[in-house]
Amino acid sequence: MSGRLKSIGLRVLQAVPVVIGVVVVSFVLTRALPGDPAVYFAGAAADEQSIQQIREALGLDKSLLQQFLIYVGDLLHGDFGQSIMTGQPVADDLIRKLPASLELTLLALCMSCGLAVPLGIMAARNPGSLQDHLCRMVVTAGVSLPTFFTGVLLIYVFYYLLGWAPSPLGRLDFIYIEPDTVTGFYLIDSAIIGDWEVFFGALKQLALPAITLALFTMAPIARMTRAAMLSVLSSDFIRTARAAGLTERKVLYGYALRNALLPVVTTLGMVFSFTLGANVLVEKVFAWPGIGSYAVEALVASDYAAVQGFVLSMALLFVALNLIIDISYSLIDPRIGFEAR
Amino acid sequence: MSDTTTSPRRQALAHFAYVMRDNPVTFLAFAMFAAFVLMALFGPALVPYDPLASDASKALQPPSASHWFGTDNLGRDVFSRVIVATRLDLTISVAAVALSFVFGSILGAVAGYWGGWLDAVLNRVLDTIMAFPLFVLAMGIVAALGNTVENIVYATAIINLPFYARLVRAEVNIRREAGFVQAAKLSGESDISILARQIFPNALPPMMVQISLNLGWAILNAAGLSFIGLGVRPPEAEWGIMVAEGANFIISGEWWLALFPGLWLMMAVFTFNLMGDGLRDLVDPRRRT
Repeated sequence: MSGRLKSIGLRVLQAVPVVIGVVVVSFVLTRALPGDPAVYFAGAAADEQSIQQIREALGLDKSLLQQFLIYVGDLLHGDFGQSIMTGQPVADDLIRKLPASLELTLLALCMSCGLAVPLGIMAARNPGSLQDHLCRMVVTAGVSLPTFFTGVLLIYVFYYLLGWAPSPLGRLDFIYIEPDTVTGFYLIDSAIIGDWEVFFGALKQLALPAITLALFTMAPIARMTRAAMLSVLSSDFIRTARAAGLTERKVLYGYALRNALLPVVTTLGMVFSFTLGANVLVEKVFAWPGIGSYAVEALVASDYAAVQGFVLSMALLFVALNLIIDISYSLIDPRIGFEAR
Repeated sequence: MSDTTTSPRRQALAHFAYVMRDNPVTFLAFAMFAAFVLMALFGPALVPYDPLASDASKALQPPSASHWFGTDNLGRDVFSRVIVATRLDLTISVAAVALSFVFGSILGAVAGYWGGWLDAVLNRVLDTIMAFPLFVLAMGIVAALGNTVENIVYATAIINLPFYARLVRAEVNIRREAGFVQAAKLSGESDISILARQIFPNALPPMMVQISLNLGWAILNAAGLSFIGLGVRPPEAEWGIMVAEGANFIISGEWWLALFPGLWLMMAVFTFNLMGDGLRDLVDPRRRT
């Protein structure tokens, strides 16, 4: 067990240079503003003196290294700068908007894993069958369909034509009252107080954006599950298990799937990267009040601190997710030791 | 397998024809690719209407014989705009992929051939790029560099760079001690010449596959960026921005505004993905018979 703890510790250490790299890139991006940032932040009516004041206030008159150290110090205090658009600290804005995005992303990922993994298994069991073709179709559509286009199509079919979905504007129709914030997830918050009307209202709003995102993320998961299951099912120990007369169920889920899941878990890292990007587009389509919409609004308003705060926090989130995936990988698969890498 | 007296060029052609016959889907992909290239080259000259000319009396008309894809809220012909947009979309993605191909190849080849601290630094830099969710990084780059079409190209190139650099680095690295490289060294060829003329061509086949798959992704990426309002400015015709404009009318039922540019975008991505699979069949030695 201590060996495993050590390998986990090593993996955590490996994340440190990546985090440093991410912070450096993010610093460069905040300093690469077109023109003089001080002139920009001072506004249109500023004279020479007030620009100089702003420059000093922002620390832009110091050397780059000093600026970098100040930047890192601010980050360590959770200070991502001030948003011009909302007048609030960027970190507060992001934290307030994060639950909406997380609720959407997590639901979408649960949906796509729940559908794509069984689909991949079915496809691998009978290559060339109807399920296999269905799997291939999902994979091809998933990589070719732009998420924002899928979203628009779903709105047209389910809102305009069929009238099943509520209007694609935000997390909750205005006829409902927002549940008290406990987790920030409307589904959980409303379930806690037992307000099922709000629960289903929130679920209805959530359905289309979550399906859009899920369709997009299903493709890599289904493809990876199919490929991994195919290679595992043709291996010797499966033949042995079959020859020993184990039930199909035991062979498939007890032996094959457990081995096939490892590469699937690895792909999840890449899937997260795509999801965090696609999230921005989906939130824009459905006017979802999450951090993606926040970043898009900030982009349009040229609110650079907010945009770079968003980029940095997404990158840190992604690094953390990859870390968790790698650690869980080592827990699932005892053969993996990080020293070997 | 084939006649040893035929020239390599004829062999390659025969193999191409074989792959095409063997897989009609690949043939379809190449045909569609040719169609897109023609659209990009001659589209602006062939379309029936001026893509920017608005006509308020014909606003929001559904598809008809005179306007195949209908008209938008300013009365502009959607068909003309979709066709004309091909050039811009293809240019952005081809330019971005070409940039990442060239710079990724140089960086990857240098790191793979000489190794050492260059290799270590490059790996760290690539790791850092890959540590960002790539679309989000592209947003950040465009926001920092300024909101122009060129910067969309640069951002897309940067987020694609790691894939090329890693591929070339691996291909170069496994061959740097190969027999033919030693022979070239003995015959007095310089390192750079060996790298460029002896080793690098070996990396080209897998690179072609990567390029094709990447082009589809680059188009999606560029269209996504313009969908959220980056890069291309409104009167200009571009698929992503047309879907964004059309999305405002989808809830009132004017589906043709968003559907056709989205469909074209989807077909372009689809073509490049299928072509990538086809190219893999072409260049993969294990499939050659």
